[in-house]
Amino acid sequence: MSGKTDSLTLGNFEFESRLFVGTGKFESGELLGQSLSASGSQMVTVAMKRANPKAKEDSILDFIDSKFTKILPNTSGVRDAKEAIFVAQMAREALQTNWLKLEIHPDPKYLMPDPIATLEATKELASEGFIVLPYCHADPVLCKKLEDAGAAAVMPLGSPIGSNQGLETREFLRIIIEQSSIPVVVDAGIGAPSQAAEAMEMGASAVLVNTAIAVSRDPVAMATAFSKAVLAGRMAYLAGMGKVRNKASATSPLTSFLS
Amino acid sequence: MDSFSDQFEKRNWAEVSAKINSTTSKNIERALEGAGEGGMDDLAALLSPLANKEYLEDMAQLANQLTMQRFGKAIRLFAPIYLSNECNNVCDYCGFSMGNDIARKTLSPAEILREIGILRKLQFDHVLLVTGESSQKVGVDYLYDSISVLNEYFSNVSMEVQPLKSDEYSYLISAGLHAVLVYQETYEKKSYSKHHIKGKKRNFDWRLNTPDRLGRTGINKIGLGCLYGLTDDWRTDSFFAGMHLDYLEKKYWQTSFSMSFPRIRPFEGELQPAVDLKDRDLVQLLCAFRIFNHELELSLSTRESPALRENLLPLGITTMSAGSKTNPGGYAGNVESLEQFSISDERTPPEIAAMLRSRGYEPVWKDWDSSYQCQGEVHSAKKLSVEQSTENAMLIS
Repeated sequence: MSGKTDSLTLGNFEFESRLFVGTGKFESGELLGQSLSASGSQMVTVAMKRANPKAKEDSILDFIDSKFTKILPNTSGVRDAKEAIFVAQMAREALQTNWLKLEIHPDPKYLMPDPIATLEATKELASEGFIVLPYCHADPVLCKKLEDAGAAAVMPLGSPIGSNQGLETREFLRIIIEQSSIPVVVDAGIGAPSQAAEAMEMGASAVLVNTAIAVSRDPVAMATAFSKAVLAGRMAYLAGMGKVRNKASATSPLTSFLS
Repeated sequence: MDSFSDQFEKRNWAEVSAKINSTTSKNIERALEGAGEGGMDDLAALLSPLANKEYLEDMAQLANQLTMQRFGKAIRLFAPIYLSNECNNVCDYCGFSMGNDIARKTLSPAEILREIGILRKLQFDHVLLVTGESSQKVGVDYLYDSISVLNEYFSNVSMEVQPLKSDEYSYLISAGLHAVLVYQETYEKKSYSKHHIKGKKRNFDWRLNTPDRLGRTGINKIGLGCLYGLTDDWRTDSFFAGMHLDYLEKKYWQTSFSMSFPRIRPFEGELQPAVDLKDRDLVQLLCAFRIFNHELELSLSTRESPALRENLLPLGITTMSAGSKTNPGGYAGNVESLEQFSISDERTPPEIAAMLRSRGYEPVWKDWDSSYQCQGEVHSAKKLSVEQSTENAMLIS
């Protein structure tokens, strides 16, 4: 990998890599481990329902190099704020971390995040000292409210989770990025490196990718591709992108009264 | 609680000034192409001497487009209502300064009603309550009572008085206060302390953090600005006003903001402005801020001349005062109390409205309803009872 960009400060941690990855859907723990190292990611999210710190055999935790990578437990599978808070406390105890990706989806089909329950749980968990990263709709008002509630970052979706559709919420993401005072991590729906690059070019702080890497024919190669795309997108954002020019309409001069 | 002063201290005046002055064509073209997307960097470029010299017409065209898109052809009209010229501050640019030997006046409730009657007849529905700074004679209770009365007759009551505490603002908001204007006057500390000679206003940081204290109350609108002429480096001064705006907008995201660009006008005192802000400079300021912030309310007072006010209209102005009197009781014909500054556009509100229409703008008198914030029946019931009250009817007839 050539080149580096500015690091991302989130919670109390500096991330050199702006690619966050998920750990679901990989065909084996070994492949997961290899993909993670190819991605260069320092933040991997693990569903608490999958983590099994006690059983040696079925634990994905074994394949994560926790010296290099921060583990971000998530609440995937919970349906309301109460369950989410319970899982968060469980994660804190089991994994000795106060980091949490909060996701609450009462709807098992499209796994749409529940904005009301997410806001409630964010408030509660932030007050309990958690570093909360809520997964949410690309709703600018909701994102500001989550910020006010004490979220450490917001994670708005690009399109339905697992859909590979890319940034269908582009125009709303733009507003969220413009308005936010905390990092914006685009989560869900990113199916191609070009889509990850687009999010970074727009000024997203980071992206989270899972399905696109896990289910590709060669997850290790795909993880590398995403890593490069995220870097390229960030570099382009920092370098300042050229603008699409609007043709100016001819109008009568507005400042001739000055001369 | 963190406040703007923390951010402010991190920026160095000389560095900002150098950045503005070293702006290149590329910086300006980039700001124009992206319509201000580049934030503070774009603002610095648009405020530069080079932008003034070479790009003013381009800036004006863009500012006009952006204003049309966001606000259309509508100009909101309001009237200031001066309630008191009592002041415990000594400031060398202001007619109300404590040292000035002028007749002091604080309006009684009956006198306020007289002013209200005249302003209502002139069609005004938005008013800006103004006073000097005298916490004994014009304290929070006086303001509360005045706002309560004004609120019965006007749809929108804003205020420009001394900086208050958060809980005091909340108290006034409960009486129907919609917006507060609190100009820093200048962000340059040396000039600030030079012009604010005595009194509470000398406290730069207290004033600087006032919008934070307001923001925490969840107020509808906050007005910011510099008084141009207090410091020679007006470009840097306005940059800091822009930085203040940017900070507040992110933090208090449910509040809207306005910005004004008053220039020092002749008054009974001796101050010569530190800089003569030319019309061309004022145009640059207006356009730069419109491009920097597309939603910002830009307000223009009667300090400016009729011709200039008309020419500035398409460049981003959204709000204007009209037929203003800047002395307490001025609308009812009090000539004894001295005005804060002399106005330049002396046209009556109907004349201003006619001018706006002839230029293709709609004069907007009502663009808010205070019952939104006072919630329902209490307020509308109050409005009725007030109209029925014979005592009040006599006073406002």
